[in-house]
Amino acid sequence: MMKTTTSKLAVLGIALVVVLVILPLIFSGKLYYMGVLTTAMALSIAAAGVWLTFYIGRINIGQGAFALIGGYACAILIMKAEMSFWIAMPLAGVFSAIIGVLIGYPILRLRGVYFAMITLSLTETARLSAQSLSSLTGGAKGIINIPLPGALEIFGFTLIPDFSTIDSHLAFYYLAAVLLIATYAAMYRLVNSRIGWLFRSLQQNEDLASSIGVNIAMLRVIAFAISSFLAGIGGAFFVAVQQSVYPNTFQVQDSVYFMLYCFLGGLGYVFGPIVGTFVLFLSFEGLQGLNEYQPLVYSVLMIALMLWLPNGLLSLGEGRRDKAARSAASAKDANVADSDAKAKG
Amino acid sequence: MTEQVIVNGIYSGVQYALIALGLTLIFALMNVLNFAHGQMYVLGAFVTYYVYGVLGLPFWLALVATALTLGIVGVLFEKFLFRPVLRRSSREESSMLLAAGTALLLESLILIVFGEKHRGVPSVVSGVIKIGDAYLPMGRLLVIVLSAILIGGFILFMQYTKPGRALRALAQDREAAQLQGVDVGTYSMIGFAMGAMLAGMAGAMLVAISGVNSGLGTWISIKAFIMVMIGGAGVVSGAIVGGLILGMIESIGYQMLPGGETYLFIFIGLIIFLAIRPHGLMGKPWG
Repeated sequence: MMKTTTSKLAVLGIALVVVLVILPLIFSGKLYYMGVLTTAMALSIAAAGVWLTFYIGRINIGQGAFALIGGYACAILIMKAEMSFWIAMPLAGVFSAIIGVLIGYPILRLRGVYFAMITLSLTETARLSAQSLSSLTGGAKGIINIPLPGALEIFGFTLIPDFSTIDSHLAFYYLAAVLLIATYAAMYRLVNSRIGWLFRSLQQNEDLASSIGVNIAMLRVIAFAISSFLAGIGGAFFVAVQQSVYPNTFQVQDSVYFMLYCFLGGLGYVFGPIVGTFVLFLSFEGLQGLNEYQPLVYSVLMIALMLWLPNGLLSLGEGRRDKAARSAASAKDANVADSDAKAKG
Repeated sequence: MTEQVIVNGIYSGVQYALIALGLTLIFALMNVLNFAHGQMYVLGAFVTYYVYGVLGLPFWLALVATALTLGIVGVLFEKFLFRPVLRRSSREESSMLLAAGTALLLESLILIVFGEKHRGVPSVVSGVIKIGDAYLPMGRLLVIVLSAILIGGFILFMQYTKPGRALRALAQDREAAQLQGVDVGTYSMIGFAMGAMLAGMAGAMLVAISGVNSGLGTWISIKAFIMVMIGGAGVVSGAIVGGLILGMIESIGYQMLPGGETYLFIFIGLIIFLAIRPHGLMGKPWG
């Protein structure tokens, strides 16, 4: 037990050093790669939300909608209300979360394909809304020329300098890294807390959980609000990096990609979404010149993944015996699920 | 004015019903949500564009070619992708991601093969008829008639033929159907192919009216999902009712709101509706 804790800490330490020191040193001059890493981190934050909704047993294809809402909220707060980025970004997250609660409360009663269908339509609705509410969102032209984040000062003491006075690529990289670490630390804590156990009970059997006194409606909305918040933060950050937002900034394809990132990493692992996002995003950037075939490569990968590696990349790391036990267990699960389905039908 | 709205509503509604029918068939048989449905529709439209528009062969031949192509695509999808995945895992997430993958695959292949230009073909029949105050071009009338024939034929096939009965048995209870000697594998394949064909036929008919482009698929899939949510997933009558309702609402919305707000309102209405009836008008609880 002690040993696993130490080895976990060691892995964490190495990861932190790599992310905060080594990667910036390697790529500091190469703006393109810094941008790619920063984007991958922002996407991992939103993907964490999708993972959490998977964790309570819902298939969420609406993350693009909430990322778009967050992105627009941030842009509008900066451009129209002339707020500082440092206030606008958290507010954008909160705004997304509020929308998530309002929409989530009725639709989280739906299960399976119904929930998937409605969240998918949500992504398209968000895009249409952004296009048609043109007095607020600028319509199809979007909102452009969003200023870089200004200085963050508390009592005259400059906590974070104005991004336009420093290397903004590096600054965004570090901001993304800090947000990413905070997000996943919180996720890890959440999943290993009492509420994490309750979430797992939702995934396994909502009716049973409800019958022993778990407030399932409340828990579902909490999970969905967290998911929407993370999408809002990710979207707001992405918009700040791009300095612009359009109705097409996040679309159905992005919502599907978020799902793919979670699957590729493995739905059973908190850090699955990071692994999935980075592996996919970075390996893709490595294949220069394939950009126009991105959807083709992603789709083939998705299909191959479902055919040959349904438990994700992180499941490869588990020992052989462990794996055998797991597959036996999942076979049993499948049988149980089958007979469940029969009982329902 | 009102008559025109009703005629437009029926025209879209009948087509939509055809699309929703295929989606609901695949869902009922295999518990798979066919994300690629819209892309199958676009593929059908492009096949017709090539056979009828580019090669100049007769329209009916183009329809046959479309049905064959989509049937083959359906068989391949079922046999090589969905069957192995469904055999190993009955978790909904697996088939869902696979379905999303097939949609993306089909969309990117269509884009690579057919390009991103908007394509149209010369109209099949010409002339306009007048019903009350409403005008109905003959081309649209042809679409309404053909769709109605296909839907009617589908219902008759399901109700009164032996394969139709096997498919219904399969939708009701897979295991019991198997015990009664229904060849589950073959009929799943037939069902998937039929669903794909229905989507393709809808696309083939549309290309003669408003043309097609490779980016249309996702939007068609979303419309199909909305119809299925209104009517209830996995129920034939639900798909038809859902299609007609969406067509009518859309027609009224476009008349009253010329901007893009129609679908915003449809969506808000849908959320409220689903809060009251989570399984649609005719669906069984949780499919």
